Amino acid sequence: MYSRKVNFALFSLLIAAILVLSACGPAATPTAAPVTQAPATQAPVVPTATPAPTPVEIFSWWVGPGEADGLAAMIKVFNAQYPQYTIVNAAVAGGAGTNAKAVLATRLQANDAPDSWQAHAGQETIANYVTAGQVQPLDDFFKSTGFGAVLPPTLLPLISKDGHPYSVPVNIHRSNVLWYNPKVLAAAGVTANPKTDFKTLNDFFAVCDKIKAAGKVCLSLGAPWTAIHLFENIMIGTMGADKWNGLWTTPPTTDWNSADVKAGIANFAKALSYTNSDASTLPDWQTASKMVSDGDAAFNIMGDWAYGYFANPAPNGLALKPHVDFDWAVAPGTYGIFNFLSDSFVLPVNAKHPDGTMAWLTVAASKAGQEAFNPLKGSICARTDCDQSLFSEYSQDAAKDWTSNVVVGSLMHGVVAAPAWANSIGTAIGLFQASKMDAAAQADFQKALVAACSSDGTCAK
Amino acid sequence: MGGSTEPPILKERRPMYRKFKLNLPQFILAIALIVLGLSTDFSLSRTELDVAGKNLTSIGLLTGGVIFYVGILLIISMFQNETILSIAILFPSMVAIAIFVYGFIGWSIRVSLSKWKGLKPDFTWAGLTQYVNLFHNDPRFIIDIRNTAVFTVGFIAGCLLLGLALAILLDQKLKGEAIFRGIFLFPMSISFIASGVVWGWLMNPATGNRITGINLIFQSLGLKSLISLWHSTPQPWGMAFTVIPAVWQLSGFTMALYMGGIRSVSEDLREAARVDGASEFQIYRYIIFPMLQPVTLSAVIILGHMSLKIFDLIVALGNKDIRLDVPGIYMWTTTFDGTNYARGAAIGILMLVSVAILVVPYLVQNMRTETQL
Repeated sequence: MYSRKVNFALFSLLIAAILVLSACGPAATPTAAPVTQAPATQAPVVPTATPAPTPVEIFSWWVGPGEADGLAAMIKVFNAQYPQYTIVNAAVAGGAGTNAKAVLATRLQANDAPDSWQAHAGQETIANYVTAGQVQPLDDFFKSTGFGAVLPPTLLPLISKDGHPYSVPVNIHRSNVLWYNPKVLAAAGVTANPKTDFKTLNDFFAVCDKIKAAGKVCLSLGAPWTAIHLFENIMIGTMGADKWNGLWTTPPTTDWNSADVKAGIANFAKALSYTNSDASTLPDWQTASKMVSDGDAAFNIMGDWAYGYFANPAPNGLALKPHVDFDWAVAPGTYGIFNFLSDSFVLPVNAKHPDGTMAWLTVAASKAGQEAFNPLKGSICARTDCDQSLFSEYSQDAAKDWTSNVVVGSLMHGVVAAPAWANSIGTAIGLFQASKMDAAAQADFQKALVAACSSDGTCAK
Repeated sequence: MGGSTEPPILKERRPMYRKFKLNLPQFILAIALIVLGLSTDFSLSRTELDVAGKNLTSIGLLTGGVIFYVGILLIISMFQNETILSIAILFPSMVAIAIFVYGFIGWSIRVSLSKWKGLKPDFTWAGLTQYVNLFHNDPRFIIDIRNTAVFTVGFIAGCLLLGLALAILLDQKLKGEAIFRGIFLFPMSISFIASGVVWGWLMNPATGNRITGINLIFQSLGLKSLISLWHSTPQPWGMAFTVIPAVWQLSGFTMALYMGGIRSVSEDLREAARVDGASEFQIYRYIIFPMLQPVTLSAVIILGHMSLKIFDLIVALGNKDIRLDVPGIYMWTTTFDGTNYARGAAIGILMLVSVAILVVPYLVQNMRTETQL
């Protein structure tokens, strides 16, 4: 009887050993592996006079074409300037940052912070990491490197809390860009020039009526998040930069219950009436932008990452000719306003290698670092003094505006509202789209926006 | 002791010390394994294990723990007590499930009773506020409940009817039955994301010169009246269209269940009915269908617990459109995009409760009938 039990136990051991050894297979995708392991292993000690380079772990979600190249270029600049450090690239793929942010949140709670990480500049950083006490202010850094002096002055309040900046913006993307197809406009008999003639949204809607009469979609829309993107630009186009910024201060200087917000909502409903009916079934933003370049739609309000999609060669782009197959202007009603979003890096509290982190931030803020990164990613420098000849024609246009326009923050991309608040607004926008969008629905939508502000704690209840 | 009338549940209690049978080779092996396991864990807890550049410390610790535990089991087996040995073998799994399943469920309940919003854990007691808010102040959650109800009813009804129809067809002793069975069963092996994406292409509601998918087929065939908005139809019927890929995928599984049930009806019963003059249809209606009730119940339970938790199919089809929202998607976006952990936990617990209401009575009933047997 006992021999069966021994056989059984030994058999179990064999099975367990097989399972364990099969788990020693190739690790998961290399980009994820460094993040899921224990703190990065030290570089092997080399028996020479110079000490081994200290690892500096940089956490991001830059794994796609363009952005991964930009990050690699910036790392190259870093290695040239700081040979005593070596960058451990802990990028996590997937979900446009959702996966990376979830992994990062887990690590931060386990007190296993990377040496620096990518975060959207603005409230996404402040409400998440500053409120949780996980990052340090950068006042001294901004002063000592002179970085603060080369940023547009209207940017600084948007990335600061109580006057202290908390992130080093590396790139700037613009949200309020109006992409259009000149051929579609010409075919519909539109003589207005989008670059100068859309001073108010009504000018835009008048043109839309002509496009609609010609049988084309006036404004193409994609997956649900692009509706939030459209919403913020319609609101800015209706109420202007100051009132938009006023919605997000604590307490808001622009009342969410005001007539300005009501007018913005009405314009949003009108804009949605000109969009394609199958918008929510489109998988992302690219299909909507392609509708413009294919000639099925006239306009698309999308961020300036659409430029790379239109102009880059295959397989990542459509290889189209600027000003011929597609063109750009600023979203209607937002002339002189730059609705920005930015990827930035932070200085953690209890950084494992604080000097390494400061070295990385110095490179990220430097002219050389930003000039290496941004042309490859398709964004523009946060600094106002980069060499513009390195950039595409669109980026040069955008950089000119960056130095001269009033800067406001994006709602969709984490600048003006904390994630929970932005999420509530997103839900309210979705519910509004699902409704009849008549006057009663618009009133309900405004009530939902007021409630979202209260639940965030910024508005009094 | 006792006779054959002794109930089988009672066991002779054997005092441990009386039946300890020392087997020296086994004992030495056990001690060796225990020492090996302990020393491995002890040394690995101080240094790291690097094999060809990969950090295998956790795997080494796990292996050491397994070796140690096998040694313990060998010693326990020498006590000749089946009960103690069975419990010992199952003990690690029970501990793991207790911690990682029930412990974490308890922690989720605790989070759902708090005010945690943001990256910093906040366990301020909030009572049932999150739950009350979901049902009273949250139009999105009401949409979720409505969509889940529409999807569940459509999905279960569709799978049962189509599965039963296919099972009856395949019961007709046709040639090539095995091939058809395979064909109908294959879709179950596809991931919901893949079928959601492909069915999203097929059910594309675009019109005009961007028409594509099934609408394009209808247009080419001249069936313009059938052109549909599919799942972008205004609510609540848009959600009903998301049932189509789900039924396509799981009706084969239901068919397999029903085939098992139909086959279990003995041929004698059918012959007897035919002799009595019943038509094939009457045989199905009066003999086979009533005997399929347990199978239908099993199918409803399995399909129901899938539909209450549906997530990937709806995301692939609807791209997180609020009109097609379900609790799984709401939980994901509010927890990971909105960092509202308390509300996400509350939604998760509600999903667990809804599935438990479906599954637990079935399990309890099953356990009772088994012990009776």
